Amino acid sequence: MSALSVTVSHTVSQAVSGGVADAVSGAPWAVLAQGSVPAPEVDYGAIGAMLVVFAGACLGVLVEAFFPRHVRWSSQVVLSLLTIGAAGVTFGWYVGRSTDPVTTLSGTIAIDRPTLFLWGTLLALALGAVLLIADRSVEPGGSFVGHTAVARGGVREGVGDGAAPGGMRTEIFPLTLFALGGMMVFCAANDLLTMFVALEVLSLPLYLMCGLARRRRLLSQEAAVKYFLLGAFASAFFLYGLALLYGYASSVKLSAIAEATAGNDRSDTLLYVGLGLLVVGLLFKGSVGPFHTWTPDVYQGAPTPVTAFMAACTKVAAFGGIVRVLNVAFKASSWEWRGVLWAVAIVSMVVGAVLGLTQTDIKRMIAYSSVAHAGFLLVGSIALTEQGRSGTLFYLLAYGFTTLAAFGVISLVRAGDGEATHLSQWAGLAKRSPLTALVFTFLLLALAGIPLTSGFVGKFVVFTAAVEDGMAPLVVVAVLASAVAAFFYLRVVVLMYFSEPASDGPTVTVPGVFTTVAITLGVLVTLLLGVYPAVALDWAGPGLAFAP
Amino acid sequence: MLQPYVPLVLMFALAAAFAVFSVAVAPFVGPRRDNRAKLDAYECGIEPSPQPVVGSGRMPVAYYLTAMLFILFDIEMVFLYPFAVSADALGLFGLVEIALFIITVGFAYAYVWRRGGLDWN
Amino acid sequence: MILADGPATAVAEVGAATGVAQFAWLLVALPAFGAAVLLLGGRRTNAWGHLLGCLTVIAAFGYGLVLFLDSTGLPSAERVRELHLFSWIPVEALQVDFGLRLDPLSLVFVLLITGVGAAIHVYSIGYMAGDADRRKFFAYLNLFVAAMLVLVLGNSFVTLYLGWEGVGLASYLLIAFWHHRPEAATAAKKAFVMNRVGDVGLAIAIFMMFRTLGTTQYTEVFARAGEFSSGELLAITLLLLLGACGKSGQFPLQAWLPDAMAGPTPVSALIHAATMVTAGVYLVARANPLYDLSPDGRLVVTAIGAFTLLIGCVIGCAYDDFKKVLAYSTVSQIGYMILAVGLGSFGYALGIMHLLTHGFFKAGLFLGAGSVMHGMNDEGDIRRMGGLWRHMPITFVTWGLGYLALVGFPGLSGFFSKDAIIEAAFGQEGWRGWVFGGAALLGAGLTAFYMTRLLLMVFFGEKRWERLKSADGRDYHPHESPAVMTVPMILLAVGSVGAGVFLASGDRLATWLTPSLGALDKAEHGVLPHALVPVLTVALSALGALVAWLVVGRRPVPVERPRRVSLPVRAARADLYGNALNEALVARPGVWLSRALVYVDNKGVDGLVNGLAALLGGTSGRLRRLQTGFVRSYALSMLGGSVLVIAALMVVRFA
Repeated sequence: MSALSVTVSHTVSQAVSGGVADAVSGAPWAVLAQGSVPAPEVDYGAIGAMLVVFAGACLGVLVEAFFPRHVRWSSQVVLSLLTIGAAGVTFGWYVGRSTDPVTTLSGTIAIDRPTLFLWGTLLALALGAVLLIADRSVEPGGSFVGHTAVARGGVREGVGDGAAPGGMRTEIFPLTLFALGGMMVFCAANDLLTMFVALEVLSLPLYLMCGLARRRRLLSQEAAVKYFLLGAFASAFFLYGLALLYGYASSVKLSAIAEATAGNDRSDTLLYVGLGLLVVGLLFKGSVGPFHTWTPDVYQGAPTPVTAFMAACTKVAAFGGIVRVLNVAFKASSWEWRGVLWAVAIVSMVVGAVLGLTQTDIKRMIAYSSVAHAGFLLVGSIALTEQGRSGTLFYLLAYGFTTLAAFGVISLVRAGDGEATHLSQWAGLAKRSPLTALVFTFLLLALAGIPLTSGFVGKFVVFTAAVEDGMAPLVVVAVLASAVAAFFYLRVVVLMYFSEPASDGPTVTVPGVFTTVAITLGVLVTLLLGVYPAVALDWAGPGLAFAP
Repeated sequence: MLQPYVPLVLMFALAAAFAVFSVAVAPFVGPRRDNRAKLDAYECGIEPSPQPVVGSGRMPVAYYLTAMLFILFDIEMVFLYPFAVSADALGLFGLVEIALFIITVGFAYAYVWRRGGLDWN
Repeated sequence: MILADGPATAVAEVGAATGVAQFAWLLVALPAFGAAVLLLGGRRTNAWGHLLGCLTVIAAFGYGLVLFLDSTGLPSAERVRELHLFSWIPVEALQVDFGLRLDPLSLVFVLLITGVGAAIHVYSIGYMAGDADRRKFFAYLNLFVAAMLVLVLGNSFVTLYLGWEGVGLASYLLIAFWHHRPEAATAAKKAFVMNRVGDVGLAIAIFMMFRTLGTTQYTEVFARAGEFSSGELLAITLLLLLGACGKSGQFPLQAWLPDAMAGPTPVSALIHAATMVTAGVYLVARANPLYDLSPDGRLVVTAIGAFTLLIGCVIGCAYDDFKKVLAYSTVSQIGYMILAVGLGSFGYALGIMHLLTHGFFKAGLFLGAGSVMHGMNDEGDIRRMGGLWRHMPITFVTWGLGYLALVGFPGLSGFFSKDAIIEAAFGQEGWRGWVFGGAALLGAGLTAFYMTRLLLMVFFGEKRWERLKSADGRDYHPHESPAVMTVPMILLAVGSVGAGVFLASGDRLATWLTPSLGALDKAEHGVLPHALVPVLTVALSALGALVAWLVVGRRPVPVERPRRVSLPVRAARADLYGNALNEALVARPGVWLSRALVYVDNKGVDGLVNGLAALLGGTSGRLRRLQTGFVRSYALSMLGGSVLVIAALMVVRFA
C-alpha cells in the first residue's frame, strides 16, 4: 500500500467538499453568524455533467475496493467510458435546452457559454485520453505499473528501463475521472475559493498519475515528485493571492472583486500583489514561461497517455480559468496588468520556441512546444474582447486534439526498452512506417500552424483578436516566434523522411482499437477544424458572455 | 494608507535583527566546549531510536502510512464540528450534504480497508 | 490607352461567377485529388501513378482554357468574377470567406501554371523513369500545382497565404526529394528558413490590413485602401515586399534559390524558374491598388529589383554548374519583373508579360539542361562538357531558341518583354530613369555574356568529356533524350519564340489585364528617346556575347576551375557574400540567442544558486548540498518570475 490510497481518499473528500458540497464551502463564515441559512438553489440540470463525472469517479473507487483483480481492468474501462458518455449525454441534453448563463450553488458555479464550450472540449478530450490510457495492446499489460512502488533494495530499483511485471494498476481510471471533474469545476468556478479547491482536485490525481509509468520508473517517479513540489509551491502562491484579494475586496467572488476594482477607495497594494500571486499560480498550471520549468521534466517522465491527458486537458482547464478570472474579475484594472502579461507572453513564446530547437527528446520537444503555445494562448487571453475569448477557446479545442493525437503517435514508436523518444531513433521512420510518419507530420504541421490545419485557424483568430485590441507589437513577436517554432517541428519531419534509418531503429507497434480511435479522433478534428472551422467557431462565437 | 502596518513592520525588523545578532555574536562571546552529546542530532539528551545501523534504522513504511491515514480522516471529521454547531440553521439541506460527505469519505475508507491499508504487516 | 469604358483603377466591379465558371474549384480539386490518391494509395499506385498525375494537370489545363475562353467572351468590365465557396473562419468581426477570384490576372496564371505544369509533368515521366520513388514525385508535383492554384485564385490575402504556405511545403519536399544527397537536405532547410523570414512579413502585413479594415478580401481591401494612413501603407507594402523577396529569391533573401537546384531538374524548371518563384511578382501586382497609393513603397520595390537583377547577373558569370548559372539567371530575371511592377501603372502589365515569356523560355532552358545532364551521367559541371550539339540535336536547337529568347534576340519573346521593361525604366523622371534604366540595360549585356558563355561551353568547342570519366567511374556517352522529354521541350521552345510577339502585339496582354491591373501607362518622355533604347539594348547584348566568345569560345577551356582569379570573380563565386550576409544578420544572432537561453535554462539558475551559496557560505560542503536538487532551482526561477511580475505590477501602478 502506498500514497495511492491516501491521495484517493483525499481527493474524494476534496471533491465532495469542493464540487458537490459547495453550498457549504461557499459561505462558511455566514454559518456561524446567522440563525438560519437558506438552502442554496441547485440547478441540477446545469451541473449534471460534473456530478456524473464525480459519481463515476467514486464508483471507480468502489470497484477498486470490491472487485477481484482480474475483472478490474475491464470494469474500470467500461465504467470510465460510460461515465464520460453519460456526462456527455447530460451535457448535450442541457445544451439542447438552454445555453443562457446561470449561476448556481450560491453563485459559486457559473454555467455560461464559455463554461459549456470548455466542458464539451474537456469531455471530448478526456474520452480520447481515457482510450489512450486503457490501451493494453501497445505496451503489453498497459503503460502503468503493476505494483505501486518499487520494493526497497529490489533488483529493479536501480534499473531505469526495465519493465515492471504484472498487470496494470487500475486506480488510474478513477484518478483520471477525479482530475477531469476538478477541471470542469475549475472552468466553471465563479469564486476564487471554489477555484482553489478545484485546482487541488485536478492537481493531486495528476501528481500521482505521473509516477505510474511501467518503464523508466525512476524518471517517472522523479517527475511526479517534481511536479508535486512545484505544484504545491504554485498552489501556495494562488492561495496567498486569494487571501490578499479577499483582504482587498472582502469577498472571494469574482464579480465582487470586479466591483471593488471599479471603485478607488481601497488599498491598491493588496490588489496588485494579490493579483500577481494569483496569476502566477494560474500561469504555472498553464505552463506559461518563466513558470514552465516543470513542464519538460514532467512531460518526459510521465507515462505517455498521462502526458497526453495533461497536455490537452490541463491546458484547457488552466486557460479556461485564466480567461474567466481576467475577464470577469480584473477587466477594470486591465490597464495595469496587461503590460506585465505582455512580457510574460513574450517570455513564454520565445523560451518555448528557442529552447525547443535544441531538444533531443521528442517528448521534451513537444513540452517546449506547449510552452510556446501557452504564450500564444496568453496573447488571446489578454485581449479582453469577445473575439479574444472565442479565439482562445477555439485555440484550446484545436490544440487539445492535436497534442492528444501527437502523444498517441509517440506512444506507438517503440524500441526494445520501451518508447523510443530520442529524436535520433526517429530517423527514417517514414521508410518503416509511412502511415505513422504521415500522420505525425500532419500533426506537427498543425502545431506549426500551417494552413488547412486547425493550428493555423487557431493562431489566426487569436492573433487577429490581439491586433484588433491594439496589441500589434505583441502579435509581431508571436508571428516571429511561431516562425521559429515551425523550424523544430520541421526538423522532426526531415528526420523522419530524409534520414537513413538507424539499423537498430525502433519498431512501430500496430495500435489496438483504443489507441487507433483516439489518434483518428485527434487527426480528424485537426483536419476538420482547419478546413471548416465554422462548426466550432459558431459555438465559440457571438454572445460568448460570462455569467455575472 | 499603509500607516497602521508600520509598527508591525518595525516589530518584524526588530525580531529579525535580534535573531541575526544573537546567532552572529554567539560564536565570538560564548565559551566553546564541544563534547559528543553536544554534537549529536538532538541535544535534549535522548538518543535517537532505534539506533542508526547500516541497512536498517528506518521506520517501517506502514508507520507513515498509518499516520497519514489518521491525519487525513481526522481532518475530514473536523468538518463535522461546524456542521454540528449549526445543524439547526442549516436544516435538511445541510443534513443531506453532510450525509453525502460522510458517504464519500466512506468510499475512501472502504478502499483503504479492502486494499490492506489498515493491516500493519 | 485602349480601354476607354473601363475604370482607371483595378477596383473593377466584381460579378458572381456563373455558368461554366461555377465549377472553378475543380481547378484546385483535380491536382489535389491526384496528390491525395498518390500519397494515400501507396505502392498500389506505382504502376499508373505518373499517368494519373499528368492526367489531372492536363485536365486542369483544359478546364482552365475553357474558363479563359469563357472569360474572353465577356465584356471587359465583367471579367472580374468571384466564386464564393464557403465561409472559412467566421468569428465576430473576423470573417474570412473561402472563395476564388477569376479575373484576367488569375486566369493568365492558371494557364501558365497548368500549361507549363502539364509539359513538365510529361517530361518527368521520362526524366524520373529510373527513380524508385517516381509516384511520390508526381504526388508532390500535383500537390504543388494545387497549392499554386490556390495562391493565384484565392480572393483574399488569407487564401493567398494558404497557397503561399502550400507551395512552400511542396517546394521544400521537392528540393529534398533526393535526400540521400546531403546538399539536397541542406538546401531544403535553407529554402525553408529563408521563406519563413518572408512569410513572417506577409503574415504581419495581413494582420495590419485586418487591424485597419477588418477584412482581407481583395475587393474590400482595394476599395477601401484610402483608409490606411500613409505610414501604414508604407509598412504594408514593405512587408508584402519582404514576403515577395522570400518567395522570389530577391535580395537579401536570394541565396536559397541557387541551392534549391539540388532538387530534380523538372522541379527546378516548374517551381524554381517558371511558377512559384514568380509568386512574389504576382503578389505585388495583385496588391497594385496599395502600391499605387504608396510611391515610396514602390521605389523600394524598384530598387530591390534593380539591385537583384545586377547581382544575379554578376554571380551567374562566375559559376560552372549548369543549373546554378540558370538559377542566378532566374534571380536576375525576376529582378527585372520586380523592377517592372515597382514602376506602378507603367510596369505592372510589363512585369506580368516578362513573367509569362520567362516562364516559357526558362522552363525550356531548364528542361534542356536536364536533358543534357540526363545524357551525361547526371554531370552538371560545364567545364566537363563541350561540343555536345552534334550528339543531342533536338536539345541543342530547343535550348538555343530559349537562349536567344532570354538574351533578347530581336523578334523572340525576351526581346519584347525585357526590352519593354528597360524602356519603361528609362521612362522614369530624373535620376530614377538613369539609375534603374542603366541597371536594366547593364543587366541585359551581362545576361548575354553569361548565357553565351554557357552555350559555348556546353554545346560548342572541344569535347572535353571524351578524356574524362564521371564521378562513378563511367565513360560519358552523350545521347538524345526520349520523345517524352523532347516533345515538352519543343512545345516550350515554340512558346519561347512566339509568346512575346503574340502577347506584345497591339498591347494584347496589357489590354487583357486592364480589369485587374489598371491600364498600362506609357511614359511620354523619359531620360532617353524611345527609339534609342532597343538599339542600345541589342548593341550591348551583342557586345556581351562577343566578349563571351573572346573569353571562352576562342581558346580551350580548362577542365579544372582556375584557382588564381581576380577579386571580382572571387566575390562572385562566393555569391557576392550573400550567404555571409545572411549568416551574420540572421543565423548567428539566432544561434547566440538559443545558446544563451539554453545556458540560462540549464546553468543560469543553478549558477545563481551556486554563486549565492558560494558568496554566503564559502565552504565547499555547503556548495555541494545546495547543488543536489534541480527542483530547488526550478522553484527559484518561479519565485524570481513571480517577484518580477509583482514588481512590474507595482511599478506600473505606482510609478
